[in-house]
Amino acid sequence: MSEVREVPTDQLAAVVRELCMEICYRVPPEMVELMKRAREREESPLGRQILDQLLKNQDIAAEGEYPYCQDTGYTVVFLDIGQDVHVTGGDLYDAIDRGVAEGYTDGYLRGSIVRDPLFDRKNTGDNTPAFVHTRIVPGDQVRIQIDAKGAGSENMGRHAMLKPADGLEGVKHFVLKAVAESGPNACPPGIIGVGVGGNFEMSAVLAKRALMRKVGQPSPDPLYAELEAELYEKCNALGLGPEALGGTQTVLAVHVEGMPTHIASLPVAVNIECHAHRTGVRTI
Amino acid sequence: MPVEPQGDGRVRISPPLTDDDVRSLEAGTVVLVRGVVYGARDAAHKRMIEDLDAGRDLPFDPAGQIVYYVGPTPERPGNVIGSAGPTTASRMDRWTPTLLERGLKGIIGKGGRGPAVRQELKRHTAVYMAALGGGGALSALTVRSQRVIAYEDLGTEAIRAIEMDDFPAWVVNDAAGRDFYAETIRPWRRNDLLPDDLHLEEAAGKAIEERGFLGGG
Repeated sequence: MSEVREVPTDQLAAVVRELCMEICYRVPPEMVELMKRAREREESPLGRQILDQLLKNQDIAAEGEYPYCQDTGYTVVFLDIGQDVHVTGGDLYDAIDRGVAEGYTDGYLRGSIVRDPLFDRKNTGDNTPAFVHTRIVPGDQVRIQIDAKGAGSENMGRHAMLKPADGLEGVKHFVLKAVAESGPNACPPGIIGVGVGGNFEMSAVLAKRALMRKVGQPSPDPLYAELEAELYEKCNALGLGPEALGGTQTVLAVHVEGMPTHIASLPVAVNIECHAHRTGVRTI
Repeated sequence: MPVEPQGDGRVRISPPLTDDDVRSLEAGTVVLVRGVVYGARDAAHKRMIEDLDAGRDLPFDPAGQIVYYVGPTPERPGNVIGSAGPTTASRMDRWTPTLLERGLKGIIGKGGRGPAVRQELKRHTAVYMAALGGGGALSALTVRSQRVIAYEDLGTEAIRAIEMDDFPAWVVNDAAGRDFYAETIRPWRRNDLLPDDLHLEEAAGKAIEERGFLGGG
């Protein structure tokens, strides 16, 4: 029988606090590389100017610990808890919210969450509650991935229950249409996360998980990798370009994740991430 | 001078603006905004309209002025403002005509506007401009001062007087009815690689113009 490892909630809260601040000032290094690559590939002169500005924004944010974007997002947390872990010292989800609250307050980040969508749109002030997806996995570690997700791109997400007869072409079309319609609102160039299969809600979560993949890394499944490459090319053929003021660089990467589904279903979800891709991972 | 061409294609604008000032600004022009603009987004707009409905005055007179759709991050001690880029403009579409009727001449946000607002901009001789979306750290560098002037309880969504020093933006919808997004995207669309319904042909980005954009930030 394996040993049980104790992980105190205070330790989790401290990691969440630190991650919230760090990601809002610094995008991951691979994101910086993809933005530079887009700058090299962009054919529109205006598009190149905009990418120069965005690269400058990246530097100012990182150097001055200034939030990259004033929409410091909602906090989505992907938590993988080893089944040999015993979380001690109080409620796990309270600890995550404590970390978010401290990170957003101490880091001068904007609270952007309202208490109720319809009946009480009052800002909670500290960006809580976080939206948490938990999985129990083998092992004795806790993996925490956080994304500070802006609403400009989030609001351009699309979901559909396609027919199996729509097939691969139907999915491609749906993705392209979603990106075309997102226009300037999703602050291109960004990352396109696509979830296919599962059921109604799993496809949406899968699209978000697709965004959590190390950006630009192709799917390990060659069929999905090929689909990603084709969608990357076609999304860029839409011509939106940086800030949708025209150009060849509309997306930096397309990530597609698939999973088993019902014989009658073809669920598809598209979740768009802007160029402010603020994510980070820690393992405890 | 409310409108000063800079000789490099860019134009400095300083509110208050007249109808003639606005008419001189064409879609695609890069403007440098200097002077005081009013920061207001979703919750502030909702409350302004509620105030008017209740017979109260607006917290500021919009005549000739510019509204900036912004909800900045809290500033660190010693800084003038936190990160302060634009938010998605189309969410304010419902409330914009009321401010245009009261003489608002300029709006700064990001993303496109719906057909009704584009028509009202034309009717009231006003202009919609887009700033760099998601470049809030850079945007903050051109802010000289800010103070909350109303609705303090709304926090980041309070109304602010923001003093700008050559804050850059593009004219998207000019008073002649042009739409810069529709014009700039069209030549870059590769119809040969795309399904038929996503083709953009002669009709200057018709699919985009008709639908407008909805979003957040």
